[in-house]
Amino acid sequence: MSFRFALVGNPNSGKTSLFNEITGNTQYVGNWPGVTVEKKEGRAKKIKDDVKIIDLPGIYSLSPYTLEEIIARDYLVDEKPDVVINIIDATNIERNLYLTTQLVELGLPVVIALNMMDEVEAAEDKIDIDALAKSLGIPIIPTIATKGRGVNELMQKSLQIAQTAAVGSTTGKSLDIFNKGIGKYISETESALAAHLQDIPFNPRWVALKLLEGDLKIIDRLNLPGKLLQEIGQRRDMLEEEYGSDAETIIADTRYDFISGIVKKTIERKRSQGALSTSDKIDKVVTNRLLAIPLFLAVMFVVFKITFGALGSFTIDWVDVLINETIAGTISGWLEAAGATEWLYALIIDGILAGLSSILVFVPQIMILFLFLAFLEDSGYMARAAFIMDRLFKRLGLSGKSFIPMLMGFGCSVPAIMATRTLENEKDRRLTIILTPFMSCGAKLPIYALFAGAFFANNQSLVVFSVYLLGIVIAILSGIILRKTVLKGEPAPFLMELPPYRIPTGKGLLIHMWDRGKAFIKKAGTVIFAAAVFIWFFQTFDFSLKMVEDPANSILGVIGRGIAPIFSPLGFGDWKSAVAIFTGLLAKEAVVTTMGILHGLGEVTESSTSLIGAMQTYFTPLKAYAFMAFTLLYMPCIAAFGVIKREMNSWKWTWFAVGFQTAVAWLVAFVIYQVGSLLGF
Amino acid sequence: MSKTLKGLKPGEKGIVTKVSGGTATKRRLMDMGITKGAEVLVRKVAPLGDPVEVKVRGYELSLRKADAENVDVELS
Repeated sequence: MSFRFALVGNPNSGKTSLFNEITGNTQYVGNWPGVTVEKKEGRAKKIKDDVKIIDLPGIYSLSPYTLEEIIARDYLVDEKPDVVINIIDATNIERNLYLTTQLVELGLPVVIALNMMDEVEAAEDKIDIDALAKSLGIPIIPTIATKGRGVNELMQKSLQIAQTAAVGSTTGKSLDIFNKGIGKYISETESALAAHLQDIPFNPRWVALKLLEGDLKIIDRLNLPGKLLQEIGQRRDMLEEEYGSDAETIIADTRYDFISGIVKKTIERKRSQGALSTSDKIDKVVTNRLLAIPLFLAVMFVVFKITFGALGSFTIDWVDVLINETIAGTISGWLEAAGATEWLYALIIDGILAGLSSILVFVPQIMILFLFLAFLEDSGYMARAAFIMDRLFKRLGLSGKSFIPMLMGFGCSVPAIMATRTLENEKDRRLTIILTPFMSCGAKLPIYALFAGAFFANNQSLVVFSVYLLGIVIAILSGIILRKTVLKGEPAPFLMELPPYRIPTGKGLLIHMWDRGKAFIKKAGTVIFAAAVFIWFFQTFDFSLKMVEDPANSILGVIGRGIAPIFSPLGFGDWKSAVAIFTGLLAKEAVVTTMGILHGLGEVTESSTSLIGAMQTYFTPLKAYAFMAFTLLYMPCIAAFGVIKREMNSWKWTWFAVGFQTAVAWLVAFVIYQVGSLLGF
Repeated sequence: MSKTLKGLKPGEKGIVTKVSGGTATKRRLMDMGITKGAEVLVRKVAPLGDPVEVKVRGYELSLRKADAENVDVELS
């Protein structure tokens, strides 16, 4: 027999660990249709039957207000999995059961995995599991997902339920949540519904509840006749009048009253409400009024320093040498021995290998960064960072959760954009993705070093600093503008759980790190790789497909001449600058190397005096500043572009993002050059 | 004495009497356990003055003052 089990639970309930324990290495990741939320699936590895496990997004409720909730709900009501495995954080039963009371109403068989039982034991709390299971009418299996404890029992129980349900004896019983008074309105709505609609695709009682709550998504889906809607509306009015509140509130209050009743009878907490746990004591320091910000900056500094500092650059150099010297050396030896033609040699060494290395050099660094992020997230610190920074980001129409990605943007946009996954609100995510590349990444530094060194030798660091600052200011202004135009909408209420501090497990961290790193290698790799080969091709061949000596005659050179006039109002309308900007798309450092090649100086670095001399004949300080501003802001490199596409999961938004960035870059450089010229600089 | 949750100082406790606000805000507050009868204890205010951290239904929740203003409480 083949079955489908859906894994549902609150965020921070240990759902990811449980999913990994059940599925092992059989899992694969996709996207839910049309949205950027990841869909993870896998097979239950220790079960003989064909059991597919679907990991639904972590949610607090089945209300239709967030994308995750809609996805989870649509999956449950449309696909009707054979068993719903509801994972519950045993240290936080009261709020976790709120989702359970809603899941049960869908009429699907539910099993509870009561997770984190080790923490319950450590706190010396007592949970009467049998009594709890009885009052909910749902089987409960205690688990410790991080240690794999209880997972087999959970799967056996789920399988048993799936098999009995398949034979025909569905559980189908509903919880006694609502008193007679409210229950009457629900049953009446159910009957009215049955009288009008022959075939309801969902559980009728659940639909009745949703209709009373006035759930627009369900009303739209069912296409109900106006008369019926009117009838239901009258019932809602009567209910609201009788209980003196709106239907949604009445229903939510009743659910929590029901849960409180059960919790009082079955759980004995050793600590009293206000007493401090270890986690609370840590928090006294970490989110302390005076210490919070210095501590936060220190944490960020350490993460930054290690990832983008010595260790990070060491890994970059190491991979660079490995590919461009060791491997390239070996392969060029083979090619020479095989008597390969010049273009084939160039394609493999300068095109493919150089392109590959431009991606692969970042892999170890990205892995280090993701390991840190996994640690910050799994330990519970990430939520605190968002708590501390939220106030600043509120001004941008964003929440504190956007902080981490934007900070990482100063290192590299690629992992930074990937880190936006921790944002659950889709608009916040899109906006953060668009703004993150304005944070000047490490690869742009050589460009500033070259121009600031050539034109602002006396206050070099001040000028470079001003460029960084310009990026931040432009990000803030763009955020405010985009929030009021294309990405407008009521700011989502910012309610965030601060989970207790937990010591992350090594296995959990590695899985977390690998999950993200693998995606970078796979997806971004294909895009960047193809692009690298294309650009190599364009700067090596002319239109008659002959290899050129002078890049001015290459396809890229011709294109450069074509697009150069666009940059004239910005002060740098020569074709060499245009080509440099173009190749900067491959990697921003390439702007410097291209400048060197095109000015006939061969391979140069940003500190080369001959290049500085050449630049001084072409640029004025004002033009140089406009050029720096443009390279700071325009479309990020292809690696970042690939990740934007992946994370936006939409070509429309991807092109909008890079189009917006390039337009902003043009405008800012234009203003700098024109205003500067008027002022006589 | 009744106040809104926003008006509570760190260390003060209250029982929720009413949740108001726009549909999405109200729903989110209720989903996170802020419903009539729930006991809320204000833990602290974030270093920059917003959001606040409260303990409700046995866990720690962070919410902005603008959202907390929608929650009426009775001091206990």
